[in-house]
Amino acid sequence: MLGFPVLTALIVLPAIGAALVVAIPRTRPEIVKVVALAVSVAVLVLACYGLYEFATGTAGFQFVSRHVWIKQWGISWHLGIDGISLFLVVLTALLFPFALAGSDAHHDVKAYTAWMLVLEAGCLGVFLALDLFLFFVFWEIVLVPMYFLIGGWGYEGRVYAALKFFIYTMTGSALMLVGILALVFIHAGHTGHLTFDLQTLAREQSFSGSTARWLFAAFAVSFAIKVPIFPLHTWLPDAHTEAPTAGSVILAGVLLKLGTYGFLRFGLYLFPKVSHDLAPLLLTLGVVGIIYGAIVAAVQRDLKRLIAYSSVAHLGFIILGTFALTTQGVQGGIIQMVNHGLSTGALFLLVGMIYERRHTREIADLGGLQKVAPVFAGVFMLVMLSSVGLPGLNGFVGEFLVLIGTFISRRWWAVVAATGVILAAVYLLWAYQRVFHGVPEGENLKFPELRWREGAVLAPVLALIVFLGVYPKPVLDRMEPSVRTLVERVDRQAGTHQPSVAQGGHR
Amino acid sequence: MVHLVWLLPALPLAGFLLLLLSGRRLGDPRAGWLGTTMVAGSFAAAALVTAGLYLRAPEHRVVTQTLFDWIPVGGLHVPLAFRVDQLSMVMALFVTGVSTLIHLYSIGYMHGDDRYPTFFVYLNLFVFSMLMLVLADNFLVTFLGWEGVGACSYFLVSFWFERNTAAVAGKKAFVTNRVGDFGFLLGMFLIFAHFGSLDYGAVLGHAGSISSETATAIGLLLFLGAVGKSAQLPLYIWLPDAMEGPTPVSALIHAATMVTAGVFLMARINPILAHGPAAGTTIAIIGALTAFYAATIACAQDDIKKVLAYSTISQLGYMFLAVGSAAYVAAIFHMVTHAFFKALLFLGAGSVMHGMHDEQDMKRMGALRKWMPITSATFIVAWLAIAGVPPFAGFWSKDEILVNAWDKSKLLWGVGVVTALLTAYYMSRQVFLVFFGRPRWQEAADEKAPAEAEAQPEHEPAATEGATTPTGAHGDFRPHESPWTMALPLVALALLAAFGGLLNLPLNHSTEFLTKWLDPVFGSRLHEVTASTGTKWVLFAITVVLVLVGIAVAYAVYLAHRVREQEVEPAVLRHAWYFNDFVSALVSGPIRLFGAWSAYVFDRRIIDGAVNGVATLVRDTGTSVRRLQTGFVRNYALAVAGGAVLLVAFVVARTA
Repeated sequence: MLGFPVLTALIVLPAIGAALVVAIPRTRPEIVKVVALAVSVAVLVLACYGLYEFATGTAGFQFVSRHVWIKQWGISWHLGIDGISLFLVVLTALLFPFALAGSDAHHDVKAYTAWMLVLEAGCLGVFLALDLFLFFVFWEIVLVPMYFLIGGWGYEGRVYAALKFFIYTMTGSALMLVGILALVFIHAGHTGHLTFDLQTLAREQSFSGSTARWLFAAFAVSFAIKVPIFPLHTWLPDAHTEAPTAGSVILAGVLLKLGTYGFLRFGLYLFPKVSHDLAPLLLTLGVVGIIYGAIVAAVQRDLKRLIAYSSVAHLGFIILGTFALTTQGVQGGIIQMVNHGLSTGALFLLVGMIYERRHTREIADLGGLQKVAPVFAGVFMLVMLSSVGLPGLNGFVGEFLVLIGTFISRRWWAVVAATGVILAAVYLLWAYQRVFHGVPEGENLKFPELRWREGAVLAPVLALIVFLGVYPKPVLDRMEPSVRTLVERVDRQAGTHQPSVAQGGHR
Repeated sequence: MVHLVWLLPALPLAGFLLLLLSGRRLGDPRAGWLGTTMVAGSFAAAALVTAGLYLRAPEHRVVTQTLFDWIPVGGLHVPLAFRVDQLSMVMALFVTGVSTLIHLYSIGYMHGDDRYPTFFVYLNLFVFSMLMLVLADNFLVTFLGWEGVGACSYFLVSFWFERNTAAVAGKKAFVTNRVGDFGFLLGMFLIFAHFGSLDYGAVLGHAGSISSETATAIGLLLFLGAVGKSAQLPLYIWLPDAMEGPTPVSALIHAATMVTAGVFLMARINPILAHGPAAGTTIAIIGALTAFYAATIACAQDDIKKVLAYSTISQLGYMFLAVGSAAYVAAIFHMVTHAFFKALLFLGAGSVMHGMHDEQDMKRMGALRKWMPITSATFIVAWLAIAGVPPFAGFWSKDEILVNAWDKSKLLWGVGVVTALLTAYYMSRQVFLVFFGRPRWQEAADEKAPAEAEAQPEHEPAATEGATTPTGAHGDFRPHESPWTMALPLVALALLAAFGGLLNLPLNHSTEFLTKWLDPVFGSRLHEVTASTGTKWVLFAITVVLVLVGIAVAYAVYLAHRVREQEVEPAVLRHAWYFNDFVSALVSGPIRLFGAWSAYVFDRRIIDGAVNGVATLVRDTGTSVRRLQTGFVRNYALAVAGGAVLLVAFVVARTA
């Protein structure tokens, strides 16, 4: 298969799938589902092929595919994958079949499925694009299907939530567009040729310090909304809670990572010096997110909203790790992105299953479910403990690396952030107690046990939760060269160096 | 033989997985036997490995075994590796040994429970985690076990989750432990920042390379972890509540093994403690205070298990007093003897409750020695051991701690010796109330109705069942002795509690087996007792006299009835100095209110309010310039794009 454009295929395949779905008659939803599942599984297989062929120990981009698109503007179809994006691509490819198989649309399966596949193409495009214009196109594409998924298939407050999501993100996008164009024109003004190519722009940096600051801010606000970083997070609880189950899974599992990925790929890479200078600000916001998200999550009455707020806390850890600017911190951040996608994705799916059974997400209406559905409760427990960061499960690896990576460079931020470890236990265990412990009464007595189909959908994710907790080495090894190169780039440009222990140089 | 060490955790792990997959098919009691066999196998493996270690030359008695790289990132390199040395094998031996006995006991005790196989699933997972904790070759693998035992403790405390108190207690245990784990994590970070490694070998071998302040900080941070796990002041509050778990769990996890993990950790990092002496002093003070504080509370509890819970906290305080006095061997010695007699006390209490149809109130027992001969005989052995009556095991280990404390500080010794008196008193009180005097369960049955509601029968999740059925909890029944699976562990532990002192008799150097064996671990950092032989004898005499006084006072109150019981059980002690009530009020009051304010006022009104305010502003402006509002997204997109172009033009113009 040498020379096969794997990355292009990753984006084109779901797009073709969406077109296929559109072509299927509305009266045959079962064919729609089979086609969509088949396509998304094919994407997963392709992503796994990429994972298999990925050369460990190489920092640069692999599977690069580059075709000139609009020559006079210097825009090209430029895709590539490195240790930073590799696992996000695999995560995306995994979560789509997971979400599609794990939940059903309650009406208009065809349109719903088509939007899901368009969304998949968009998300993969964001992670793969190495051209700023292309990146922006995919970034915007993602917005549309998500808007329709929330607005069309969500719960009671879906219209408000969808609009809020759209406007928030659109505001960010507008700023980013400004940033991209300004960056490109400044570069063109200095070098005389117009290009949107990420690597070229990074290599030939031609702006002054204060300009860099403004440009970074334009990107950062956009990413910060997507992540979301406190205080730009208020679209998240509404969108997550009102979205249909699959929408919440993808929203939490993939879409939030577009923001954190953006910080790595465009923030740190394009503006290393500014990233270093502004790190204290972003670290502070990350820490605030960790604690604030946890406190607010702890008092929620709606189970889905509680998990939504827990994302604010988890994403705070990722921001913390990213701006710790150490190998451990950044790698911890990336692996935390994967872990959060798995754990929170699975949690949203489980909450969706609870809603299907009980038609409520109110914690007060539930109770005693462990008595009637012990296997369901056990699965929930495992995923919850992964989210709490229990060693031996995946969540711990990311959290630990983020915290230790931050501690060695920015000690006091790590100290405050580590209290998040306590808080995570508070809100999740309390929720578990109220939902699963106690004596079931009324409707809860008839709560059905986990079905085989549901178990089969969850099984791969549960297996990964354990595997990544016990043996994260294959993942860490593949990211390390790219992360190391990125951190070294930041250090070089900022004129600093990370603590010697981070690289193994003993004092 | 030493390289069989991986088998120790592997066997209970295999048991866990087998039981998880097929536990329900195996059922009661085969699931229990499977679990017990696995742990017994682990004990056999521990014995083999220890023998292997013993046969090696003394200077080669540290063996590490690496299974695989766990978390390798840059300079951080954490392998999943085991460390076989004198300390880890002492721990592994007593953990697997006591675990085997308690597993065996559980086969009978848990018989008839709805979730019988699940109980052994958790129990095997616990043993696995505990072995990871003690066998680890680096801080992070210890932490893996540390959190793992915490999770198992959570599962098992809330085992009867239908009961709200059990569900709350499990959560409280986990969360409180996490407060301690915060310290453990920061301690590890500080270690990595200074040593560039988390391996015990690399860190402890170079403890001298860091400043004394850093060593103190590391010691205190890790001690915070120990305070949580080993239930010391002020984080002890989860342990009394943890008695909601089934009694074998209380015996295994909340008395013999898990709660001693903090002591083990402190012993493990002894080179760091030696380098930062301020940490040691703090540890000794917290330990002595906790020992005394918990002992006062134990004097006024009526619940048979609550007495033992506070007693455990108190005894753990002794161990930290020892650690803080650099008497590591005494700490480990007391940990082992305590495991014997406290496990025995809990199992005996369980046997009593089993025979008394889940009665836990000691005031409704009495004279049980006539009906439960094995239980009472073994319980009495444990009583003498914990009270510190020579020559039972507890006497030797406690005496060693007190002698060392004398060297550290006369004041701490004073606290310790008064605690010894209290210990003898409350344990005698318990024994007299339960096994001596006149039987009180019949009268309790007559007046049952009002008091019954608050009693929490352990085996019955729905508390009301027992109270309403006419043949229920009391009425016409006779206490009965327990089956052999429960009696055998009692007898075995009684022998250990009686003769455990033989491990380290201070007669002359050749009988101090534990001291000799552990010498390479502690070396010169171990405190050498400086008190003269004469002083030692005086201290010894004082302790014994105070112990006898404690027993005599308990006799006067609870058997001879010279003093009314209520007078020696003040409300402040019955309510544990109101500390727990204070914390609960704080959490459910101001803290909860702050959370609600953050979520519903700050987040919704202020932050989201600002966002919606901007939206409203835009809408109002929009209303006035309504003609622009075509309602088509494309027009807005055009406007956004246009605005963007203007901004670009501005930026470019400024910078070009």
